[in-house]
Amino acid sequence: MDKFTTLTGIAAPMPLVNIDTDMIIPKQFLKTIQRSGLGKNLFDEMRYTQDGQEIADFVLNQPAYRKAEIIVAGDNFGCGSSREHAPWALLDFGIRCVISTSFADIFFNNCFKNGILPIVLPADVVEVLMADARKGANARMTVDLEAQTVTTSDGQVFGFEVDSHRKHCLLNGLDDIGLTLEKVAAIDSFETRYAAQHPWS
Amino acid sequence: MTARTLYDKIWDDHVVHQAEDGTCLLYIDRHLVHEVTSPQAFEGLRMTGRKVRAPEKTIAVPDHNVPTTLDRANAATMTEESRVQVAALDKNAKDFGINYYPVSDVRQGIVHIVGPEQGWTLPGMTVVCGDSHTATHGAFGSLAHGIGTSEVEHVLATQTLIQRKGKNMKVEITGSLRPGVTAKDITLSVIGATGTAGGTGYVIEYCGQAIRELSMEGRMTVCNMAIEGGARAGLIAPDEKTFAYVMGRPHAPKGAKWEAALAYWKTLFTDEGAHFDKVVTIKGEDIAPVVTWGTSPEDVLPITGTVPAPADFTGGKVEAAQRSLDYMGLVPGMKLTDIKIDTVFIGSCTNGRIEDLRAAAAILKGKKIKDGMRAMVVPGSGLVRAQAEEEGLAQIFIDAGFEWRLAGCSMCLAMNPDQLAPGERCAATSNRNFEGRQGRGGRTHLLSPAMAAAAAITGHLTDVREMM
Repeated sequence: MDKFTTLTGIAAPMPLVNIDTDMIIPKQFLKTIQRSGLGKNLFDEMRYTQDGQEIADFVLNQPAYRKAEIIVAGDNFGCGSSREHAPWALLDFGIRCVISTSFADIFFNNCFKNGILPIVLPADVVEVLMADARKGANARMTVDLEAQTVTTSDGQVFGFEVDSHRKHCLLNGLDDIGLTLEKVAAIDSFETRYAAQHPWS
Repeated sequence: MTARTLYDKIWDDHVVHQAEDGTCLLYIDRHLVHEVTSPQAFEGLRMTGRKVRAPEKTIAVPDHNVPTTLDRANAATMTEESRVQVAALDKNAKDFGINYYPVSDVRQGIVHIVGPEQGWTLPGMTVVCGDSHTATHGAFGSLAHGIGTSEVEHVLATQTLIQRKGKNMKVEITGSLRPGVTAKDITLSVIGATGTAGGTGYVIEYCGQAIRELSMEGRMTVCNMAIEGGARAGLIAPDEKTFAYVMGRPHAPKGAKWEAALAYWKTLFTDEGAHFDKVVTIKGEDIAPVVTWGTSPEDVLPITGTVPAPADFTGGKVEAAQRSLDYMGLVPGMKLTDIKIDTVFIGSCTNGRIEDLRAAAAILKGKKIKDGMRAMVVPGSGLVRAQAEEEGLAQIFIDAGFEWRLAGCSMCLAMNPDQLAPGERCAATSNRNFEGRQGRGGRTHLLSPAMAAAAAITGHLTDVREMM
C-alpha cells in the first residue's frame, strides 16, 4: 500500500447524496480477479452513455477535473455493497482522498486498506470545500494527514479527526496482516482457551 | 457487573487483543466466501506464502455469477469472465482446503442462505463474509457483518479482524403485525424511518413482540437489510425458535456439545438496564405493506401512498429525489398502485427462503400472471428449491406462468445473465433499488414476496391485502 502523507491536488465536487458503490463501480466490472485497471470504469454509468461515449457534463469528464485527486461528496458516500472494487477504482483513477459529512462503514474501512484517506467533516465545512472544489483546476486543495488539516485554495484551514491506528498505517503504508501476525502468540492462546470454552465452535 | 447488551456480550467473548487506543483484534468463528470478493485475497496469500489459518471455519460457495437456468451445467451459459471467476473459487477452495459447495452440489445457493441452512451459523458467533448482506446471520444472535477483500485476506490469514467497537442501537417493534404485513415490510419501514445512514456506526438489536413472533426466515429478512439502514450488523437474541431451527443441521453441535452450546446460547440476551446509544420504537400495527418508489432503500412508502415531490424533502435529498424520479420515470402525485410492472423477481438473500416462496405461492395459487409479464422465482439454495418442489409450491409458480429457476443471487445484482433492460420496471423481493442495480437503466421497486406475487397477477403495484 502506498503511503499517504500530504496531498495537494484538484478536488472534484460531487454534491449528490447517497452515492452508492453500484454507482462508483457497476457490477459488470466486478468479474475481474485483479485489483488494478478499474479506473476507466469508475462511475461508469454516470460517465459514459450506453454505447461508451463520454457524457460531457459529468464532473470527471470536464477538462478541469480529469486529473482530480480529491472528491468532495454529498452525505453518506459509499453506501451499499462491500465491494472493495470501489476504492480500487477510485485509486486506479487517481483519487487519494474523499471528503464528505458521512461515509458508509464498510467503504470507509476499505479506503484505509488501499491508501485512500476518507475525511469526515461537518456540513458547513463540506459546503466551503464544495465551493472551493467548484472553482476548477486552478484551485488546489491541500490535505495534510500528519497535521490533520484540509486547506482550501484560498488558505482557509480546517482540522479533521482520524483514528490513530489508521493514521499510523496510512502515514507509513503499513500492511495490516503483517501487523496482526506480530500478535500470533495472542491469537494462539485465545484460540486454545476459546476452543475449550466453546467446543462446538 | 454492569448490564450489557447482546452486542457487548458477543464482542467481549471474541476480543483477542485490545490496543491502548481501543482498536481490537476480534476472533472470527465463521468466514463465508464467494467468488466475487475473494480472488484477490487468495492471490494475496499466494504472493506472501501465507496459508488459511482455520480452513475448517471457512466455507465457500459460488453464487453471484452463476446462471440460474436449467442448462447451467453447459459452460456456454456463462460469460468467459464469470467462468474464470467461478473456476478461481473452485481452485482456491481445493488449494487451501476450505469447505466448499460447488455449482454442481444440490446444497449450493446464496452464501447467506447456505450458511444457516447447513448449521454453520450458530448463536453467539462472529461471522464475516466479503458481502454486505452478511448481516443476515444476525438473526441467530451472531455478530455478523460484511467486509472488504483486504479484510477477507486478513481473516483468511489470521482468523481475526481489526475492529473498533460500534455503538448500540435498539429497534423495537411492539405489538403484532397486521395481516398481509411481513418481515420485509418491517425492515423497509425501519429504513424509511431512520434513513440509509441512520444506522452508520451502530450495531442494531431488533427486539419487541413483532420480532419475537417472526419465524427464523422472517428474522433473517429483517437483519439482512440492516446494512441498507447503514448498520454493519443487525442482531436478534436467540430463543426457542432459534434453537429449534439450528438443531439437527449438518454442522450444528450434537450430544454433549449441543447441551453445552445451548447453556451458553441461553445467556445471549441484553441485560435489564443495559445502555443503548439510540432507540427507535415502531408500533407493529402501524406498519403497512410497503414499496420503494425511488433509488435508495430509504425511499419507502405504504402501498396506499402516492409518489412524493422533491419539494417534500430537505437538503441534499431534494436533488436526489428529483434524480430518482427522473430515473424511475415517475411523476409526483401518482398513486403507487398505478405503477405498471414489466417483471417480477422473487428470490435473493433477503427473500429467497422457503417461507418467502410459501407466501408468494399462497397468493398465486390457481391464478395466472398478467399477459406479457416476465416473472421468475429463484430459490435461495438447491435445498430450498427441492423443498418447494416437494411442497407443491414449484407447480403453483409454474402454473401461474413463473419461470422456476436454479439457485443463485440472480437478478438481485444482475451479475449473471438475469438482468433488466433499460427502462424495464421490476417488482423485486431483493434489497437494493440503486440506479442500474438490476441492469443499466432498469427500474426497481422493492417489496415483500406476497406483494410481488400480487403485482405479477395484476400487472401493477398492488395492495396484497385486497387479494387475501
